[in-house]
Amino acid sequence: MKFAVIVFPGSNCDIDMLKAVEDTVGQPVDYVWHTATDLSAYDAILVPGGFSYGDYLRCGAIAQFAPVMNEIRKAAAEGKFVLGVCNGFQILTEAGLLPGALIRNKSLKFRCHPVDLRVENTKTAFTNAYEHGDVIRIPIAHGEGNFYCDDETLARLRANEQIVFRYTGDNPNGSVDDIAGICNEEGNVVGMMPHPERAVSELLGSEDGAGMFRSVLNAWRERNGAASVR
Amino acid sequence: MKATVYVTIKENVLDPQGNAVLGSLHTMGFDEVGKVRIGKYLELELSTTDRAQAEERIKAMCEKLLANTVIEDYRFELEG
Repeated sequence: MKFAVIVFPGSNCDIDMLKAVEDTVGQPVDYVWHTATDLSAYDAILVPGGFSYGDYLRCGAIAQFAPVMNEIRKAAAEGKFVLGVCNGFQILTEAGLLPGALIRNKSLKFRCHPVDLRVENTKTAFTNAYEHGDVIRIPIAHGEGNFYCDDETLARLRANEQIVFRYTGDNPNGSVDDIAGICNEEGNVVGMMPHPERAVSELLGSEDGAGMFRSVLNAWRERNGAASVR
Repeated sequence: MKATVYVTIKENVLDPQGNAVLGSLHTMGFDEVGKVRIGKYLELELSTTDRAQAEERIKAMCEKLLANTVIEDYRFELEG
């Protein structure tokens, strides 16, 4: 299985993301520059955190028009696995690959600390290694992670089980329905504000994020195995 | 031709910055302020004289990039 970590000008979690793939599942992984026009070699596309294009105008607003985004749209439509973390989540919502938007934290503060997340959906490509209701500890680091969507969209997210993670206890940013992460209807595209790539070793304070990388490898093996059955 | 674009946060979306400014104004004694909403103001110079076309293109710019219509509204004025 081959992973791509997309790098925009201003990405700053790309190295952590690549190392997390190497350390958790040991699969081949490349940095892919935002100007790339072919992602056909990759099975999973990881959009890391940072401040792409300086977060000018809105977080992710300019990144959504980078050449690589067309390829990410194509990959998502083909059912490939796409994960956006933090700024990556903001980019995926701006690009329309995930519903809603991320606005300024209610506190107006940049929040950077571990949070407890409840796993609400274990059917996605990135969460199948968890049990429903598991509480996992993963750090956040954002000033604009307040997920917003209108009531109609929220009802749809609930009905389709598209809410993947919720904050338990303290909601660090004021997000609607305590949402920390969501997926598309098919479950192959996931976006989240917390950073699983920063929680892959006890040395980092938690290894609860490692399950996300194992999950996507499971999903790929399952799909690949199924495809080879004649 | 010059276009002036105003991007504002939708009425039902929380504006934490506006609320902080409101709190500050109240602390300063400006008690008459009931609500503050912070938006964006953009000035665009256009190399066209065709007003109808300019309107259409500015609308496309707003929809695609200048505003995120999930959380923001926009309006614009054309001059010249």
